[in-house]
Amino acid sequence: MRPVSSWGRLSAEPHQVTALSDIATLADELHGKGPAIPLGRGRSYGDACLNPGGTLLDTARLDRFHSFDPEMGRLVCEAGVQLRDIQRFMVPRGWGLPVIPGTQHVSVGGAIANDVHGKNHHRVGSFGNHVRNLTLVRTDGGVVDCGPGVRPDLFAATVGGIGLTGLIATAELQLQPVTGPWLDTEILPYRSLDEFLTLADDSESLWEHTVSWLDCTAGSRARGIFLRANPAVDQSGKPPSPRRLAVPVTPPFPLFNRLTLPVFNSAYYHLNSRRGGARRRPFDTFLFPLDDLQDWNRLYGPRGFYQYQLVVPRDAGPAALRDILDIIARSGQGSFLAVIKTFGDRASPGLLSFPTPGVTLSLDFPNRGARTERLFVELDAVVRAAAGRLYLAKDARMPRELFEAGYPRAAALAKFRDPGMSSGMSRRLMGQ
Amino acid sequence: MNQKKRIVVIGATSAIAEHCCRLWMQRGPVELILVARNVALAERIAADLRARSGQAEVSVETMDFLSTPAIADSVARWTSQMPVDIALIAHGVLSPQQPCQDDIEKTRESVEVNGVSPILFAEAFAGAMERAGGGTIGMIGSVAGDRGRRINYVYGASKALMDRYAQGMQHRFAGTAIKVVLIKPGPTDTPMTADQKARGRRLASVESVAQGTVDAIDRGTAVAYLPRKWQLIMFVVRALPDFIFNRLNI
Ligand SMILES: Cc1cc2nc3c(=O)[nH]c(=O)nc-3n(C[C@H](O)[C@H](O)[C@H](O)COP(=O)(O)OP(=O)(O)OC[C@H]3O[C@@H](n4cnc5c(N)ncnc54)[C@H](O)[C@@H]3O)c2cc1C
Ligand SMILES: NC(=O)c1ccc[n+]([C@@H]2O[C@H](COP(=O)([O-])OP(=O)(O)OC[C@H]3O[C@@H](n4cnc5c(N)ncnc54)[C@H](OP(=O)(O)O)[C@@H]3O)[C@@H](O)[C@H]2O)c1
Repeated sequence: MRPVSSWGRLSAEPHQVTALSDIATLADELHGKGPAIPLGRGRSYGDACLNPGGTLLDTARLDRFHSFDPEMGRLVCEAGVQLRDIQRFMVPRGWGLPVIPGTQHVSVGGAIANDVHGKNHHRVGSFGNHVRNLTLVRTDGGVVDCGPGVRPDLFAATVGGIGLTGLIATAELQLQPVTGPWLDTEILPYRSLDEFLTLADDSESLWEHTVSWLDCTAGSRARGIFLRANPAVDQSGKPPSPRRLAVPVTPPFPLFNRLTLPVFNSAYYHLNSRRGGARRRPFDTFLFPLDDLQDWNRLYGPRGFYQYQLVVPRDAGPAALRDILDIIARSGQGSFLAVIKTFGDRASPGLLSFPTPGVTLSLDFPNRGARTERLFVELDAVVRAAAGRLYLAKDARMPRELFEAGYPRAAALAKFRDPGMSSGMSRRLMGQ
Repeated sequence: MNQKKRIVVIGATSAIAEHCCRLWMQRGPVELILVARNVALAERIAADLRARSGQAEVSVETMDFLSTPAIADSVARWTSQMPVDIALIAHGVLSPQQPCQDDIEKTRESVEVNGVSPILFAEAFAGAMERAGGGTIGMIGSVAGDRGRRINYVYGASKALMDRYAQGMQHRFAGTAIKVVLIKPGPTDTPMTADQKARGRRLASVESVAQGTVDAIDRGTAVAYLPRKWQLIMFVVRALPDFIFNRLNI
């Protein structure tokens, strides 16, 4: 047993961590291993990848490619392969992953099991939309394939299924052609929520990647920075290798607090509005800015932090978002990294997939115990009234009834579950 | 230079060696000969490497790592047609100390796998490289070879054999195009240390140790401690006087 934390560092409960290493003996290794839950890179913020007191099936070493078809761009690989590795090897060969979340340090298995989305959701949908097939290994020793065309029900339960249908051993992914590592980017400041929504609508048809950072210390008089990018026309030259920094220790208190937040936010806003405009940038520093600061989650101090990510349908969006920003401003617990983005209409394949047409907002809050929970209860009420939902990859605390309201198809998961799989999250939200 | 680099990896199923191969793959055309005891696993590694790069030639071989004639014949075969640019000798087993004390047969096995076999490979490659006029031999030793300790001196002493051997060969090839590189990893996250990891010990990532290995081989560094901090730590450990060292439980 050793203590394991997820990305939010809210807990460090002991776990039995079983390192899976050999794809050939996986079925034997898993046989009778419950209650267990697969662990990818532990980039989920809450308890989706935790199983306090129980077993974690660590997939880090299931990291081999099996085959690549350079004509069709189809890659078969093991679930522990990191997205960063796929990009590293495939971009020079003219192919890339269609969907990458805000960090490349996630595994293929984790990307499927949370059906993750990227800044190009309005164009390509979520990760699960590009999975052609996968092989599941279950704790009864069974091995089953599923995909959009084979056992589609099991596939829908597995994509976004937070590990509960069995261990994804391998997946076949459809990559997309890429021209190179550069993006043509634009950075635009905006001064209200309406201005953001107009920018988002205007950008969706012409820009492949859109995302925005919001200063939420200002309440509903929001201001922010809108970022959009397309593959660069000029792909010449090698992008500089980024300077990697690391946060060496956990400070004794969160560095983002009531006093420093307005300063950070204001500085960030002004810095970016000034360096705004159009420029060519390397895709990884543009799309994954935090990947160059290793262990940045330590900045929130020893008690860890929550990320609260919601999506509300487009029509309810503006009003609900305004309420949310007002509640946050009033609480004085502003968030440094407030990210807002519109989702497109492409249907997500999973029963528990998060993306749905509308606006998604994610906010980081240092853990201040009961005070933070009181704020969340207020936010929950707005999300619920707007028929929205919270993202399981980020969640560590939502009440069961909000889960059931937000994910009406959740009940259908039960019959596809691997009885040996159970996580902190599944016990909290589904009772087992 | 457009020519494929030819690389032979002895103990190719080692996690450190596998990650070195991935890095070599990324840098351009290579021909890799993977030599391993476990052929099925080596084949999966070869398939991975081929899928990663469109321009790699990867083959798998197996042999008895403890057989002197097999070592001599194999190295002769790999080097007879074309010179080998890099030979990475990676195999090793972290033999637990107590069983070696209880049964000296186990001591012999450990010293043979960890010490004798690697130097025989190194000596065979050295001869071939001398005839070809160039090449680099990388050997994976260990910080455990720097000072004998009660918890692992059978393994440590075998690694120490590699130390002197590499030193001697470096002397022999000083001023030539032949480089002998001794890698000394600290505790690294690989299958070898799985139970240390399960107990919560902090380990260096295998990616970073592989990167350091590939860099050291590029530069022809004589001795590379990986991560670098182990150079300082082992300097202190070696310098501790016996009357202090013998009281420490390390
Ligand atoms: C800085 C940062 C930015 C992020 N940005 C985004 C973003 O833009 N969009 C987005 O969608 N998400 C984002 N995320 C969340 C992240 O993409 C997801 O949490 C992702 O699932 C993490 O993958 P992982 O490999 O770390 O999986 P883990 O967190 O270890 O596990 C996630 C879930 O997948 C399951 N799982 C893992 N491997 C397997 C397997 N082989 N078989 C079955 N189940 C498995 C686990 O049991 C768990 O339920 C971000 C996270 C961070 C830290
Ligand atoms: N990991 C560490 O913390 C650490 C620290 C210092 C030094 N090292 C050294 O680094 C090298 C690589 O180890 P690793 O960390 O990558 O561990 P690993 O993945 O466990 O690799 C060990 C390798 O040695 C091979 N091997 C063991 N006994 C053998 C035998 N009798 N005949 C043939 N091959 C044999 C194994 O082959 P099979 O697959 O057939 O078993 C495997 O390829 C070793 O020399 C090790 O001593 C490791």
